[in-house]
Amino acid sequence: MEGLPLLSLMLLVPLVGAAACFFAGAQTARLVALGTTLVTFALGLLLWANFDIGGPQWQFTERAGLADAFNWALGIDGIALLLILLTVFLMPICILASWDGIQHRVGEYMAAFLIMETLMIGVFAAQDLFLFYIFFEAGLIPMYLIIGVWGGQNRIYASYKFFLYTLLGSVVMLVAMLWMVNQAGTSDIPSLMQHDFPAGAQTWLWLAFFASFAVKMPMWPVHTWLPDAHVQAPTAGSVILAGVLLKMGGYGFIRFSLPMFPEASAQFAWLIYALSMIAVVVTSLIALVQHDMKKLIAYSSVAHMAIVTIGLFAFNVQGLEGAMVVMLSHGLVSGALFLCVGVIYDRLHTREIDRYGGLAINMPKYALFFMLFTMASIGLPGTSGFVGEFLSLAGIYKISTWVALICGTGIILGAAYMLWLYRRVVFGTQRNADAAAMPDLNAREWAMLAPIAAAVLWMGVYPESFLAPMRPDIAALDARLARAAPAGDSQLKTGNARTRPANAMTGHDAAPGQHGDIPGEGAH
Amino acid sequence: MNANILLIVFLPLLAAIIAGLGNRALGNVAAKVVTTGALFVSCALSWPIFLQALGGGMEPTVVPVLHWVTSGDMRFDWALRVDTLTAVMLVVITSVSALVHLYSWGYMDEDPDQPRFFAYLSLFTFAMLMLVTADNLVQMFFGWEGVGLASYLLIGFWFRKPSANAAAIKAFVVNRVGDLGFMLGIFGTFLVFGTVSIPEILAAAPGMAGSTIGFLGYRVDTMDVLCILLFIGAMGKSAQLGLHTWLPDAMEGPTPVSALIHAATMVTAGVFMVCRLSPMFETAPVALAFVTFIGAATCLFAATIGTTQWDIKRVIAYSTCSQLGYMFFAAGVGAYGAAMFHLFTHAFFKALLFLGAGSVIHAMHHEQDMRFYGALRKHIPLTFAAMLMGTLAITGVGIYWLHAGFAGFHSKDAILEAAFGRGNEMGQFAFWMGAFAALLTSFYSWRLMFLTFWGKPRWAGSEHIQHAAHADHTAHAGHADGDNPPAQENAGSDVHHSAPHPAAHEGTAGYHPHESPLSMLIPLGVLSLGAIFAGWLFSHAFLDSAAFWNGSIFYNEGLIHAMHGVPLWVKLTATVVMLLGLFGAWLAYIRNPSLPGQFVDQFRLVHRFVFNKWYFDELYDFLFVRPACWLGRMFWKLGDEGIIDRFGPNGVAALVAQGSGAARRFQSGYLYSYALVMLLGLLAALTWVMM
Repeated sequence: MEGLPLLSLMLLVPLVGAAACFFAGAQTARLVALGTTLVTFALGLLLWANFDIGGPQWQFTERAGLADAFNWALGIDGIALLLILLTVFLMPICILASWDGIQHRVGEYMAAFLIMETLMIGVFAAQDLFLFYIFFEAGLIPMYLIIGVWGGQNRIYASYKFFLYTLLGSVVMLVAMLWMVNQAGTSDIPSLMQHDFPAGAQTWLWLAFFASFAVKMPMWPVHTWLPDAHVQAPTAGSVILAGVLLKMGGYGFIRFSLPMFPEASAQFAWLIYALSMIAVVVTSLIALVQHDMKKLIAYSSVAHMAIVTIGLFAFNVQGLEGAMVVMLSHGLVSGALFLCVGVIYDRLHTREIDRYGGLAINMPKYALFFMLFTMASIGLPGTSGFVGEFLSLAGIYKISTWVALICGTGIILGAAYMLWLYRRVVFGTQRNADAAAMPDLNAREWAMLAPIAAAVLWMGVYPESFLAPMRPDIAALDARLARAAPAGDSQLKTGNARTRPANAMTGHDAAPGQHGDIPGEGAH
Repeated sequence: MNANILLIVFLPLLAAIIAGLGNRALGNVAAKVVTTGALFVSCALSWPIFLQALGGGMEPTVVPVLHWVTSGDMRFDWALRVDTLTAVMLVVITSVSALVHLYSWGYMDEDPDQPRFFAYLSLFTFAMLMLVTADNLVQMFFGWEGVGLASYLLIGFWFRKPSANAAAIKAFVVNRVGDLGFMLGIFGTFLVFGTVSIPEILAAAPGMAGSTIGFLGYRVDTMDVLCILLFIGAMGKSAQLGLHTWLPDAMEGPTPVSALIHAATMVTAGVFMVCRLSPMFETAPVALAFVTFIGAATCLFAATIGTTQWDIKRVIAYSTCSQLGYMFFAAGVGAYGAAMFHLFTHAFFKALLFLGAGSVIHAMHHEQDMRFYGALRKHIPLTFAAMLMGTLAITGVGIYWLHAGFAGFHSKDAILEAAFGRGNEMGQFAFWMGAFAALLTSFYSWRLMFLTFWGKPRWAGSEHIQHAAHADHTAHAGHADGDNPPAQENAGSDVHHSAPHPAAHEGTAGYHPHESPLSMLIPLGVLSLGAIFAGWLFSHAFLDSAAFWNGSIFYNEGLIHAMHGVPLWVKLTATVVMLLGLFGAWLAYIRNPSLPGQFVDQFRLVHRFVFNKWYFDELYDFLFVRPACWLGRMFWKLGDEGIIDRFGPNGVAALVAQGSGAARRFQSGYLYSYALVMLLGLLAALTWVMM
């Protein structure tokens, strides 16, 4: 294993596959793409197996000078490792999901996906600021093409909106990056994470990065590109969009904003909280009244991502780890939900919820998977969704009970819109003959959904496998943030302990007064 | 014992997975044998543990299963904890569940989806067992949500029915409101104690009494706010006033489900939680007063509604709600043993009543409206005998001087005595509310019995019966024509007010009710034994024995003495009001059946208010459901599309379009214009940085 440039290899393999796909016929392209993504996935597992938990923070590092302040620098910590694993795990599933659904320009489509894979791995593996930027922004192009060429009827508007939103944020970020490199004298990300920028500069740098990451996340109110992009994208596009691209925003916060600008992060925490609280309530309510399955899940993504942001800005271990688990879990679960939509979309070619109904009768296996992912989305304990949500909210509770309460309403509203969706699609009577005639899952669809189901349960029952690799990195980040972490509003103050139990009966006198035991209620 | 407890908990899960995934490939009989067999094994393994506790000196043991989560200083594992409190719950859950499994062989015999049903039942049992064996709050929450899921699936089991689906979603969502409180309670507990382990929290709780904590901008007593938050979770699961609205609707599920989940086990989880955390609640006087108040209010409130409903299952559902109120105010005044005792006896007699009702419904061809029952005593005598035992138990029939009576006699009397003996205002309040509710309990229970088993047959008015009779005896078809009975009980409430409709519906329509099969009668018989003897056999252990509980709940020695020292009239109160209720029901439904109608005419507004369940559903619909949908549409159409998109991307698009019109002479492409802008921006930025 020593000396094998595993990360470069993982970037190279999909590119080679993409080149092959580009010139191959339809069926060959599918097979090549599947093979390539499986090989990349195997490499990812190799990466995981060889990752030394508790070893150096940055592993598998590679470095080659390209230009003055621009290096081919790769390397991962536990956080990046997990997100790379998520990417390479979802890719073969995406190829399978496009197997029958994509019928024209198959070679180009597969090539676009494989290029996309390289770029996504690159984002998480890059250790050079500009290298990161290139991967981060270049990822837009294949996605733009996937939506714009293979999307639905309104694809041009959606792809344009997607491009415009994300581009606007990025330009500002690039300016900030140039300034940072100039100031710190290095474009090396690990060094920059230790660099203390002056507090005044942090403010605008933070805002510049925020502009980009908030769009990617997406946070309210710059989220409106997401529902359109999802609705128009082909199934696999939605899976990658929800599964990986949205995670780049969270990754950006955890890699750049928090460690590089801790003071500014604390200074703007209120902004994050406010936007997140609005996002949870507003987008959940919007999800409640959707008629389009994909739009509903897209809006629910915005609400879930808000749980990520409050976890990140809780400035403690539970919050940060919770946010990471929500990201991983949401990557799996929302990906799976889009696949579930894709399964029936492939059969009936409509996303209109009311066209379905009673699928539990003719598609019981499908109903089971859909139920599992619905429950994971709701955050039922035992699934991945719970671990993340629970830790995130536990983290933010220490800082602000208000934020915990408002964002906690997401678990109520989430249950409402997901169960309402499930009820209309899967339960009820069979209203339409064509929907009633749809066959249950075939082997290919099984192969798509079963691995995700296994991963969701694994992460829910034994999340240690996923918490362990990132623990040292989160601890380091927590230590770095400690100096800026805001004081919580739920501070405990010990008083004179009451020794008698409330219902003590000795001597038949009443227990200590039922009221008046709250010193200074209302005072802060 | 370690291996046993693992088997007890995980066999039902295994059975659920086999039956659920095997489903049609496995076949009905195999699925039923696997699940029912697993439950009987679990049950057989549970009783020895309980008997060991009964012998005294049961030491708590914890069996680790798997590590779950470590995050910073938060750590919790999957583990099974067994102490006396758990042992009590184990026998309740596994016994009732095993019997309900068996009962379902007969009750669900004609259902095409039997493997799924039995898989759900076993899954529920597993989740419930995880709940009661939890050693930390998070695993309790796992069980809590797990039973919620199973309840959701079982309420909506007949997923083709819109009403069943609506009820299932309502149950889940309303429970989630409580769960949010529970979750915040866990967060707060972790913040204060730095752990979610229950024994550690209970040990540290007294030290935190008197401290304060910030909550929503206020500074409040730590233990009070934590306990109230946790109790909000209990209110949801146990259907207490305010969060009770899901329980009556949950009757949409098959009747065995109602017996297992919505009477004997799941809904008592809240009571279990308060008892499990009793040393913690004892440090929180305000929270305890709140528990007492909610319990007492619920027990009366639900009982009033129970007196007016026509659906046999709904009467029992409101009765459950009311009995849970008793358990809560018992816990609130510190009588945790009495609360658990009532939970224990109630599990048997309420499951019996539900299963008995199921047997009646089975006999009456799915008719649930008591207005179309009557005179069933002679037709289904065994079911009648079982229901009679259940009624004698719930109304608390017994003779004080002999210390002998049916199950409810022992437990309900103990609760009323404890409330009175507690000696404070809240205790007094609870006592009077409880006493009045006992009167209503007796009234509605006997009303149910009289309407169902006495009087003349009124079956002809029932559509279900007509259906059955139609199929069997075409000759009788004309007999029941013309009069269309309202199927929905809340469709036009005025039609309903006069009790059994006279004359119009009388007659049998040629229908012959049939006694249920043996698989249904055996559970009825076993539970009848429980309803008769459970109180008498175990009252000493539950109420008076510190050795039995062995520290698993807060044992209040002083309150036990006070309970025994209450005046005689207090001890006789329950019996007196029971007799009054019986007399009232006899007067109104046997002696003079026109009486209820006259009463309703006299107090039309009151009746309408109570009959419509105090308009809670309408209120919540108005306050939450409609505004949520309205707001959702507003945020979507007005917020996202009307403001953000209009002035955001679309506005920019319009600007770009204008700009590109000007730039068209230089640039023809669409993307190019962006590239140009980007390049210019880059250049500007670079220049600025280099300077």
